Amino acid sequence: MIPELGQLALILALLLALAQSILPIIGAWRGNRAMMAVARPAAFAQGFFVVLAFVLLVWAFLRFDFSVQYVAENSNLALPWYYRIAAVWGAHEGSMLLWIFILNVWTLALATFSRQLPEPFVARVLGVLGLIAVGFLAFILFTSDPFGRLLPMPADGGDLNPVLQDPGMTFHPPVIYMGYVGFSVAFAFSIAALLGGELEQAWVRWARPWTNIAWAFLTCGIVAGSWWAYAELGWGGWWFWDPVENASFMPWLVGTALIHAQAVTEKRGSLRAWTILLSIFAFSLSLLGTFLVRSGVLTSVHSFASDPRRGLFILCFLVIVVGGSLLLYALRAPKVAGGKPFAVVSRESAILVGNLMFTVAAAMVLLGTLFPLIGDALNLGKISVGPPYFGLMFPLLMLPIVLLLPFGPYLRWGKGEVPVLKRVMARAGLAAVACAIIAAFLVDGQMKAIAGVAAAVWVAVGVALYVIKRWREMPRGRRYPAEMAGMLFAHAGVAVFLIGVLLSESLSVTRDVRMAPGDVQRIGGYAFRFDGVTETQGPNWRADQGTVTVTLNDKPIAVMHPQKRIYTREQVQTESAIDPGITRDLYVALGEPMDAQHIDGAWALRLYSKPFIRWLWAGGLLMMLGGFVAAGDRRFRVRRVANAQDNATPDKVTAREVRA
Amino acid sequence: MSRLVPFFGFVLLVALLGFGIWWNTGHDPSAIPSPLLDKPAPEFNLPKLYEPTATVSKRDLLGKPYLLNVFASWCVECGAEHPVLQAEAPTLGVALIGYNYKDAPDDAKAWLAEHGNPYSVLIADVPGTTAIDFGVYGAPESFLIDGKGVIRYKHIGPLTSDVVTSELKPAIAVLLKEKP
Repeated sequence: MIPELGQLALILALLLALAQSILPIIGAWRGNRAMMAVARPAAFAQGFFVVLAFVLLVWAFLRFDFSVQYVAENSNLALPWYYRIAAVWGAHEGSMLLWIFILNVWTLALATFSRQLPEPFVARVLGVLGLIAVGFLAFILFTSDPFGRLLPMPADGGDLNPVLQDPGMTFHPPVIYMGYVGFSVAFAFSIAALLGGELEQAWVRWARPWTNIAWAFLTCGIVAGSWWAYAELGWGGWWFWDPVENASFMPWLVGTALIHAQAVTEKRGSLRAWTILLSIFAFSLSLLGTFLVRSGVLTSVHSFASDPRRGLFILCFLVIVVGGSLLLYALRAPKVAGGKPFAVVSRESAILVGNLMFTVAAAMVLLGTLFPLIGDALNLGKISVGPPYFGLMFPLLMLPIVLLLPFGPYLRWGKGEVPVLKRVMARAGLAAVACAIIAAFLVDGQMKAIAGVAAAVWVAVGVALYVIKRWREMPRGRRYPAEMAGMLFAHAGVAVFLIGVLLSESLSVTRDVRMAPGDVQRIGGYAFRFDGVTETQGPNWRADQGTVTVTLNDKPIAVMHPQKRIYTREQVQTESAIDPGITRDLYVALGEPMDAQHIDGAWALRLYSKPFIRWLWAGGLLMMLGGFVAAGDRRFRVRRVANAQDNATPDKVTAREVRA
Repeated sequence: MSRLVPFFGFVLLVALLGFGIWWNTGHDPSAIPSPLLDKPAPEFNLPKLYEPTATVSKRDLLGKPYLLNVFASWCVECGAEHPVLQAEAPTLGVALIGYNYKDAPDDAKAWLAEHGNPYSVLIADVPGTTAIDFGVYGAPESFLIDGKGVIRYKHIGPLTSDVVTSELKPAIAVLLKEKP
């Protein structure tokens, strides 16, 4: 009975989503207040039913309701409760339900916190979000029903994909969807602005905190995903340029460009059309990501489900949403280049260069990701580009951004002061060169590591100088407004990230070795002693568990237990053992037994020492923190009336808002 | 007009994605066609990795069966395969030839120095053009080629101990029995 309730809830949600999308948009067009007023209640009602459906699926998992096919396929009696909840989004149907659930979380938040915005605008924004919900609800109901019954009911179920049975994986999908789907809000704001047709830019200010929060979630999701790949896949890598990783990375790149472009448009009125286009791109790439993962068009280690019918549905949806919005953009985007003029040396120019680089990088990733498909289409045979392509192109495209980064806060809007910039360049440059020389001795001339130190110091000193400048020059309490603090956190995160990436990439040591119990391998000063393999058990797996004792100068550092797990359904999964540290990670993965008869108990082992690898996730988390902090700026929360005093907003808009 | 550029770009993208769906309904994307099976291996003449002035051609290798293993230092899965090759190479009964694919020779050498070198001969296909003749889809891939230069078995993806025992070794056994 309960699964049918879930289905019914989804059908009702679809009907309400139709009401939420069609009526308010027509109402805003016709100036009909009654129709516009439908938006909020419809959004709340739709939200209620979607949340209900979601909770019912969670409930089915918790109660082992194996009469539901999706539950039976993805959980079993031995699966602990927390992984049963994670199993809700462990496969295709449930992850689509999670998608729509999170879209509703955003819609509900927007419906709640948008009371001070003009009514036609809110009606259009909620209408656009409703349209997206219609597409996804129809997708779920027609192609991917998570509540389908399985008769006769099996006594026990299958298993959650063991790759997903990891603490990091329980929250990685919801967080990454919070980011992905969150860009729908910036998208809806842009479409509402295009539909409204006013040459106003106030909407950009309203959109900014939402975009920042979505971006911060996406950053966090990508960091979590990368961490998971590192800890779980057993190859010590943290990024593989896999199609599905790229699918989350492209919206991030465009989103990063977007949050900067929004700042320009909000404060100076320039780049208006560009900001709208980026909002469309960011969300389109999120949808494209969903398409790539779900359609099976590209094969990837992540492709959990693929079905051409689903692919076709999402493609049609893409055509309507993205094609429609790009057409709308072509017809309605602001025709005149508005805003205040800016010189070549100005914050606008710097942000524009950064924007260009981020967008080109996203295009580069898109091209690389779709390359096998292009190969098929042009009959070039099976071709794919791998890490060599991305690994060469991406750093090249990011280099200008890193070089410009220290100047960002120093550059004035409109026209920057060259002497100030020269001073910053001299100081940051000097520090970077000095540290690079010291590093050169420490790392034995590894170019990549030296470049990493130089780049990180360059960025960090730039940020630090600005922090000091504000501290000296501004009165207490006005030194670091949240928006600026967020920017400083995020930029400092870039420095930390650079250290992590370049040092771990260049200084990591990997050893693939055959080890019999008692064998010792040395990496740097660390001695890894293999103490054999024993059998162990978990709630729904058994495992061969190795013991590796690590010593440094004969002092014990860590006892590590890499595992090779066999789950209930005979799926094999490696669990690497990691001894974390600020300056290095030690990482051990258990391979295959080396002799079939187990006479001397030798195993293939993979030993790693990875200096500073943790810094790259720390850097990512700092960027995320920056996004959240900036979103909390008071400026974004002040009531509209207060805008009257804000001379950054053109008079026309202010007048209109006060009237509204 | 310039404002229509993104739209037209998107139309191209949709055409490509639509093609992808159509293509996949007719083809299993994970099944790689292997038109070369039981056909003569393509002609090749490639420099040795450690001795770039000397080359190895298909003709040089005729007479005895060998296992051609396509690998690269940038390939994550090759790292997974490597310990298996290291362990199994001596017991295969055929020569193991390393085919270094689209790799910088220095990277490849460093990688082999670090992980060990199970190969008796190493050839380098830096531009990856010969690999196209072999229909190489990505590294790692392995081709079992008999004494007459015919491809008798092909494995895509890393060789695991399971694959070696259940597929590769039986295929080699058949080859070795055939020999007059």
